[in-house]
Amino acid sequence: MSGPVIALKGVAHRYGRAIALDGIDLSVPAGCMAGLIGPDGVGKSTLLSLAAGVTRIQAGTVEVLGGDMARAGWRREAGGRIAYMPQGLGRNLYPTLSVAENLDFFARLFGQDAGERAERIAELIGATGLAPFADRPAGKLSGGMKQKLGICAALIHDPDLVILDEPTTGVDPLSRRQFWELMERLRARRPSMSVIVATAYMEEAERFDWLAAMNAGRVLATGSPDDIRRQAGAPTLEAAFVALLPEAERADAAPIPDLPRQMHDGAPAIEATGLTCRFGDFVAVDHVDFRIEKGEIFGFLGSNGSGKSTTMKMLTGLLPASEGEARLFGAPLLGGDMATRKRVGYMSQAFSLYGELTVRQNLVLHARLFEIADVEGRVGQMLARFDLADVADMRPESLPLGIRQRLQLAVAVIHKPEILILDEPTSGVDPVARDNFWRTLIELSRQDGVTIFLSTHFMNEAERCDRISLMHAGKVLAIGTPEELKAARGMATLEEVFIAALEEAGMGRTEGAVELRQRPAAAPMPVRRFDAGRLWAYARRESLEILRDRARLAFAFLGPILLMLTFGYGISFDVENLPYAVFDQDGSAQSRQVLEAFEGSRYFQLHAPITSPDELDRRMKDGELTLAIEVPPGFGRDLLRGRQPELGVYVDGAMPFRAETTRGYVQGIAQSYLADARLRTTGRDTSVYPITIEPRYRYNQAFKSVNAMVPSVIVLMLVLIPAIMTALGVVKEKESGSITNFQSTPVTRVEFLLGKQLPYAVIAFVSFVSLVLVARFVFEVPVKGSLPTLVLGSLAYVLATTGFGLFVSSFVQSQVAAIFATAIIAIIPSVNFSGLLVPVSSLSGGARLIGLAFPAAWYQPVSVGVFAKGLGLADLWLDIVVIFLFALGFIGAAMLALRKRSA
Amino acid sequence: MFVRLARIFRLGIKELYSLKADPVLAALIVYTFTIAIYTVASGAKFEVENAAVAVVDEDQTALSRRLRDALIAPFFKEPVLIGADQVGPAMDSGRFVFVVSIPPQFEHDVIAGRTPTIQLDIDATAMSQAGNGASYIQNILIQEVLAAVPSAATTDPINVVVHARFNPNLQSAWFTAVMQVINNVTMLAVILAGAALIREREHGTIEHLLVMPVTPIEIMLAKIWANGMVIVIAATLSLVFVVERLLGVPVQGSVPLFVAAMVVYQFSVTALGILVATVSTSMAQFGLIVMPVLIVMNLLSGSTTPMESMPVWLQNVMQLSPSTHFVALSQAILYRGAGLSVIWPQLLALVAIGGAFFFLAVLRFRKALQAAQ
Repeated sequence: MSGPVIALKGVAHRYGRAIALDGIDLSVPAGCMAGLIGPDGVGKSTLLSLAAGVTRIQAGTVEVLGGDMARAGWRREAGGRIAYMPQGLGRNLYPTLSVAENLDFFARLFGQDAGERAERIAELIGATGLAPFADRPAGKLSGGMKQKLGICAALIHDPDLVILDEPTTGVDPLSRRQFWELMERLRARRPSMSVIVATAYMEEAERFDWLAAMNAGRVLATGSPDDIRRQAGAPTLEAAFVALLPEAERADAAPIPDLPRQMHDGAPAIEATGLTCRFGDFVAVDHVDFRIEKGEIFGFLGSNGSGKSTTMKMLTGLLPASEGEARLFGAPLLGGDMATRKRVGYMSQAFSLYGELTVRQNLVLHARLFEIADVEGRVGQMLARFDLADVADMRPESLPLGIRQRLQLAVAVIHKPEILILDEPTSGVDPVARDNFWRTLIELSRQDGVTIFLSTHFMNEAERCDRISLMHAGKVLAIGTPEELKAARGMATLEEVFIAALEEAGMGRTEGAVELRQRPAAAPMPVRRFDAGRLWAYARRESLEILRDRARLAFAFLGPILLMLTFGYGISFDVENLPYAVFDQDGSAQSRQVLEAFEGSRYFQLHAPITSPDELDRRMKDGELTLAIEVPPGFGRDLLRGRQPELGVYVDGAMPFRAETTRGYVQGIAQSYLADARLRTTGRDTSVYPITIEPRYRYNQAFKSVNAMVPSVIVLMLVLIPAIMTALGVVKEKESGSITNFQSTPVTRVEFLLGKQLPYAVIAFVSFVSLVLVARFVFEVPVKGSLPTLVLGSLAYVLATTGFGLFVSSFVQSQVAAIFATAIIAIIPSVNFSGLLVPVSSLSGGARLIGLAFPAAWYQPVSVGVFAKGLGLADLWLDIVVIFLFALGFIGAAMLALRKRSA
Repeated sequence: MFVRLARIFRLGIKELYSLKADPVLAALIVYTFTIAIYTVASGAKFEVENAAVAVVDEDQTALSRRLRDALIAPFFKEPVLIGADQVGPAMDSGRFVFVVSIPPQFEHDVIAGRTPTIQLDIDATAMSQAGNGASYIQNILIQEVLAAVPSAATTDPINVVVHARFNPNLQSAWFTAVMQVINNVTMLAVILAGAALIREREHGTIEHLLVMPVTPIEIMLAKIWANGMVIVIAATLSLVFVVERLLGVPVQGSVPLFVAAMVVYQFSVTALGILVATVSTSMAQFGLIVMPVLIVMNLLSGSTTPMESMPVWLQNVMQLSPSTHFVALSQAILYRGAGLSVIWPQLLALVAIGGAFFFLAVLRFRKALQAAQ
């Protein structure tokens, strides 16, 4: 190959005020295995994501495969030839999809047909030993298997450049070795392929062809591992790297002290007998026995998912043991035992302190919760001892991993525990920071006599433990001092012991069953601007995910029906059964006659009579009565004498709508009473008034709420639920990291967005059909108008509402924000301003504008029009066109808001 | 005991810091208690206001014009004159809720005592305005005719005087504004408390708490008091400044009693939020479950449409929702000036329901933690 595969000139990158890359010039040779080495936060990931075209270039030029990555056209073309695997175990995989489905998705993104897909998937999973697990969901794979699947996904389209960002961080030594062997074989099958890898493991870097050592956003040295060692004049890469660092940063790099352990008497600090933990059928920890003496540093080694974390959680009381017993300081462990908790410090695998509190606030909180007497003093001590004073008022979120782990350790020891349980405390931490961390651990153990129980994947850390135990598939394989274990197998290093023990236990035997076919470099396939296959790949994947998530599926289909039933029955403007009572101070035949008129009404319900004005007051106040009728003394006498006595009616105005309606009823009853009275006195059935008014209740002759509410509830249901479901679609990928698949492959924004929208639009449409059926057969509200018009309008509407969700999803950063934003933006206009409660024609000012700026107000006339008014396309075409325009507008806005590259 | 209270206090302070660090949530709280309340109370009114009316005047006389002019703001928009043939299409399109049709010879017939008939077409799909608006229009038209043609009037044997208590002019803003405050209290309390718990679970911080000398009950109580306090303060400020000052709604009863009741209510709804959080496995699921729960709790609590109008079975089901009781007691306190002697049964119900939610949440707490792993 001629020329470098990646060429950087003056590339600089910053995140806010933090500098990630500081003017880098770098040429990565093609056709070899290139490595980027250096501690955390020196810009390795940023550099790789720039090369993958996933991150926007801020300054300088980035040329990849001979083209400028600042050009969108080249990015699209190169996208089909680059494979990018981001940092984190299985971050670009879809956990609920099976191994085969994940690969199928990636193959579809690159436009492979069914035959080609099947052949390639079979070949790759055969080669990686994943074939027996083809139907297992990716989320249930161990860390090492996830990384193998990640590699299969990356290689499915025979890329010319493979970019791997820390592919083996947090992976056990055996899986790590298997991973690199696999990479070698895959490279042999396609010698022209270039690979660039970032890693924090120096021993891995030894096997690369070419290395770039990075620190603080700059390149320290480049060349083969030999070149680098020679430049630094150091025997190992690890030492060479330290030697290359500027003077100031090297200060810490003194050797780790090897102090002898002090022996303590008494019961062992931790003792496990037959400890077992089951999750359903799965046995995570299977009859584990061990003893840890006081003051000992005890290391736990094992493959990913071997039960190390679960064992630790049982020892802290976080998980109950299904069987067996754990004793701390000779006493059995009880879940709610507060006294024991004060003697134990725990550090979980992931960072688990409050990111929103500062370093000092985190320490103070924990000190107070442990009821430490001198909080200020102890926090000060911790800040000094763990070298955190400089960052005391910063939030942990913004700190490098090494410092965060120090803070976690400080929190874990703030209450001077006698036992420390540390779950992979140094995973992902660079060598220098790890050494510092160990210095503290040794101090704690040797000086303070703290018992330390930790798990690790690093063999040099295992060597530092007093004793270690090897664990696999929930069982302890071996236990002893590092020397004892090496001697027992006659091997030189712990790594060999570990790998031998795991292979014996049956891990990694399915390897390499399939021969790999040679794949010479082919002419690059032209990448089309729009490809229905890629759209379908996303739509299909999204559908599979929804189908796997029972809760979401149930919510999508049953939620709307359930809500419609509640609302159809519940939201009613029919005012009936109003509780009322009379305060009859007259008690004459005439007063009884007037009151009888009320008794006959179906709107009112008579309660016990009122006997005093105070009682009237009280009973209305406590809400028992909504209506009280007061007949004054002498009513009958006055009526007969034609003195027009007054009938006092009191209505509870607390709920104005109800009061208004009640007032109407009272007037109606009074009028009919008057007409009756006139008939009785004059014998003529004359009108009371000079005119009659004949009200005609159109569209809903019975004037029943349900006839109007049911079509309106459809409007509401088809916006809220589809919008919220879609709103999580894009942002979920942002949170999980699988958004990089969209960023690093040739898939376009339109394909991605429409692919995401399609399944939700289908769900929403099915839900529309079910709602119409419920309306027709449960509420007996028939569709009076043109059903095709309703279907057309609803189709447009679900496209608009899912489009709206998509739009929200493409600009928010978290799922919580997506839910909030959708709910808040959508609920107010669709509940209050769409015509559900108040007719749109009566809305005023801002409310009307807000209403019209949302599709619900346009769909309401369609739904109500077709259901109740018997309308058709001729009357409603304009509304439907507007709804379609909303759909287009939202999708367009989503496209603008969605960035193909991150900042 | 004192030690436990101190721990609950400490953990609650931490909640407040977390809330402070989340500007989106803070903005959301401010928005819901100001703009959201103001726009809904002033924009969406249940009373007949600005109703769109059309008139078909086939009489074209002084009396018919007088009737036309009688339909005035703020109840009605300026009536639009349309032809008799336009009634159908105009109503179909939803442009008008009411159409008044005055027949030919109307004035003549009135004077001759022939009792002519005015036809009033009502769009009965506009439930909130149709019924009341129709009775307004009937009254207005009759009063106008009586005023114009006094000879046609007869005196009624009795005089029916309707007094609306607690809200003499029956302004819906009085009702909507306060009910919006209550609805938003419900919404935020459930979301804040539930999301706070899920966030701790997703970030793994809850595990950290559980290995310390802290019990799940303490963690939950801390979330309840801290989030509850923020909402009670926000709602009280909103009631005093937005509802009383800005919207000019007079509050009859004792605000301290209402706030005290709100504190009890907070307990029950934040406990509900935590319960929902323990049932859901992820933030996404929480959002999906909480949304229908909130909509039902708000729309069917009596804060939007009257409780008595719902079928009895549904009324009974809604007794399980704390919002129903709180709406009832708030209406009693704020509109009718009721005191503790009147509202104690509802308060008791709130405590009982809240206690039940809390108890269930405690039962689910650890199980949920394991399920989420």
